[in-house]
This record gives sequence, C-alpha cells and structure tokens, in this order.
Amino acid sequence: MMPAVVEFANVTYAVGGRVVLCDFNLAVEEGETLVLLGRSGSGKTTALKLVNALLVPQRGEVRVEGKPTTKWDLVPLRRRIGYVIQEAGLFPHFTVEQNVALVPSLEKWDAARTRARVEELLARVGLPAAQFAARYPRELSGGERQRTGVARALANDPPILLFDEPFGALDPVTRLDLQKHFLALREQLRKTALFVTHDTREALLLATRIALLSQGSLVFTGTPREFRQSRLPEAQSFLETVALPA
Amino acid sequence: MRPDQWQELFSLSLEHVVLVCSSIGIACAIAIPGAILLSRKPTPRRTALAVANILQTIPSLAMFGFLIPIPLIGGIGKRTAIVALVVYALLPLVRNTLTGILGVDPAVRESAIAMGMTPGQVLRQVELPLAAPTIMAGLRIATVTSIGTAVIAAAIGGGGLGVLIFRGISFNDSRQILLGAIPAAVMALLADEGLGWLERRFLRYR
Repeated sequence: MMPAVVEFANVTYAVGGRVVLCDFNLAVEEGETLVLLGRSGSGKTTALKLVNALLVPQRGEVRVEGKPTTKWDLVPLRRRIGYVIQEAGLFPHFTVEQNVALVPSLEKWDAARTRARVEELLARVGLPAAQFAARYPRELSGGERQRTGVARALANDPPILLFDEPFGALDPVTRLDLQKHFLALREQLRKTALFVTHDTREALLLATRIALLSQGSLVFTGTPREFRQSRLPEAQSFLETVALPA
Repeated sequence: MRPDQWQELFSLSLEHVVLVCSSIGIACAIAIPGAILLSRKPTPRRTALAVANILQTIPSLAMFGFLIPIPLIGGIGKRTAIVALVVYALLPLVRNTLTGILGVDPAVRESAIAMGMTPGQVLRQVELPLAAPTIMAGLRIATVTSIGTAVIAAAIGGGGLGVLIFRGISFNDSRQILLGAIPAAVMALLADEGLGWLERRFLRYR
C-alpha cells in the first residue's frame, strides 16, 4: 500500500498549558480533499500548521510523504505544500503578478517561464492577467484577493495544498462562486488537499472526506454522505446549522 | 554682509552638514541592525528601549559635559559632538525600525514563511520593505532634531552654525544669532522635504 501523503501519528500539541490537539491520528490519501471541520478552538488550524511545520508537535509526529516534518529540510518541504489562508496573506507591496510569481522567483525561474506561468495561473483562477497583473492587493475585492492567493499557492505546482478557511471572510454569493471554482480546479489538478472550515455547507460541498474535530480530538471521519447520517452529537450540531426550519 | 562673513557662513554651514550627516550615518549603522536583532528578542528589547529613552532625556549641554572627560570618545572637538548626536539619533531610529517590523501583518509574515522563504528572505523582501516608511519617518525625526542639537556642538568646539549663535549671545548681537539660526532652520526644512521626497520616490507602494 502507498504511504499516506500526510499522516498524523499520535500527535499532541499544547500551547501555554492548553492541549490543542490530543493524540491525533489521521491519514490523508493522495488526491483526496479532506475537510477538517470543527468549532473555533477545536484544533483544526493547528493541525494544518503542523503539516507545513509552522508548528512542531510536542509528541507524536506528522509525516509528509512518509517522512516526519522534523526530518525534512523546511524549504523543500514548504515548496511541496501550497498554503492559502483567510484574507490570503498577500504581500501588500507586491503586485498581483509579483505575488503569484513569488515562489518561482525564489526558485530562480527565468523571466519568460515565470511570466507564462503567472498568466496561465491567473487565467485558471479567473483573473485575466491583462486586467489584474499590475494591481496591488488593496485594489482587489476580497474574492479577487482570495483567487490571487490560490494562484500563488499553485505557482510551482505543489502536490499538497492547505486551505485555512480561505473563503471565510467573503460574502455568501462570492463564496459559492469560489467554492464552485475550487471544485472545477480540483477536477483539473488532482491535488491532495487539506481544507479547514467551520462551515458545514462548505464541508459537504467540497470534501471527499470529512474529519470532525472536537476539543482537540478527532471524533469522526467519513464521506459527506456518512457524515449526514452520523448520530454523533457533535456531527448533529453541525448538521443542524444547514437544516432548513420545518 | 562682507565677503569674509559670507565665506564664514558657508564654511560653518558645511561643517554643520558634516556633523549631522556623519552622526546620522553612524546612528543608522548602529540602530537599524540593532533594532532588527531586537525585533526577534522581546526581553532585551524592553531594556534597550529603556536605555534609549533615558539617554534621550539628558539635556544636550549636560551630555557634552559628561562626554568631555571620557577617554577615546570624549575631549573637546568634533568627535565628542558626533558621539552626542549619535546618542540622540538612536531612539527615534530604533523605535521606528522596531515599530515598522513588529507592525507587519502576522498573516503576511506567516504566509511568507509557509512558502519556504528563509528568515533572511522574509527580512529583506517582506519585513524591511513594509517597515521602510516607518523607518524613514524615524530617520526624518532623527535628522531634523540632529540639525537643531548640532548647534550646541559649538559649545565644546564642535564647530557648525552654533558658533555664530554662541558668538551672538556673548556679544548680545541678535544679527549674529539669526545668521546662525536661520540657516539651521532652513537646513532642517530642506532635509525633511528631501527625505520626504526620497520616501515618496522610492519607498511607497500604492
């Protein structure tokens, strides 16, 4: 059997005496979109940051492509993992083009290759380069910033993508638009993705598998269909948020 | 004014500029790298800022007095004057560099690290460019105050426009005082405008 692309093995992470993740075990297989669903403070963002070694577990280990994050050289590890966060974390002093070209420029691609890649990516995320390449992040709408963030994360074609509530700050119409775009991109790109959200609808729409976290522990994993049928109280609480009143 | 008076005014102005430029240059070389190091370490940061604050409160005449008996950096003349001016320029430069770097949006810094930028790349490509307008504001404050404080340097033989002012005071000659004070004021305005122009030209992103 192929090793999981990302694997959490008995991971415990605590900060300031508070246990954020407790004996957490989870394997993410190649090509799946695993949604980490949970309330604020359930440990889902922490789990995500353990993957690209922004955080290091106190006990247990997180393995990326079979190798513990503590054994990886950090730069090549992070170049294999695209990272998209809420409000995108774009560099405010870089244009859209420079933001998207960041990793290629760090990897010293030649100018022609970088330019072609940026144009291709901007087209993919629905921001025509002619119109958007020269703009600064502050000149973009929230949705456009988020699209730029996705393009930047895809720049060097990393096999793994991490999303930390990327659409959380958007209005519902823009959010749905980007969610649909996400699904379309997934069909084209076939990446392994971990997606953090507290939005049940988003989880059901985007996930190939849902992992439900509660107070630092994994309480459920399964397909969206299985999640809908779960009798767990925490799953029920989340499902209630999308149930229409009778 | 007689030609020899014009000549004196010119050479004293030049002396003044040299005093200010060399002390600001030295202060930047100490304060900016120092503040970058301090931005990584909260505990020495508090101590260093406290020391810089205390130094700032010493009256400039007293500062020159303290420095004169100290070997190597003290004595009468330009060297002592420059040391004192450096000390006064440290606080605005350190404080503004720190404010600028610590004020960078944590999400921006985190995404830089997450994309595999090394600490040096984060500093050069993200933190310093984003902190640059704040650092520049500190440099403007330091330069303008330094042009004013450098007037006092004449009291310990540092030269500069203060020579005219102190002479005017001792001869009770307000014309001489103004002859020193007005060029110093013009110099301060020009320096502030010039640095402001450089900032707009090179450091601003829209």
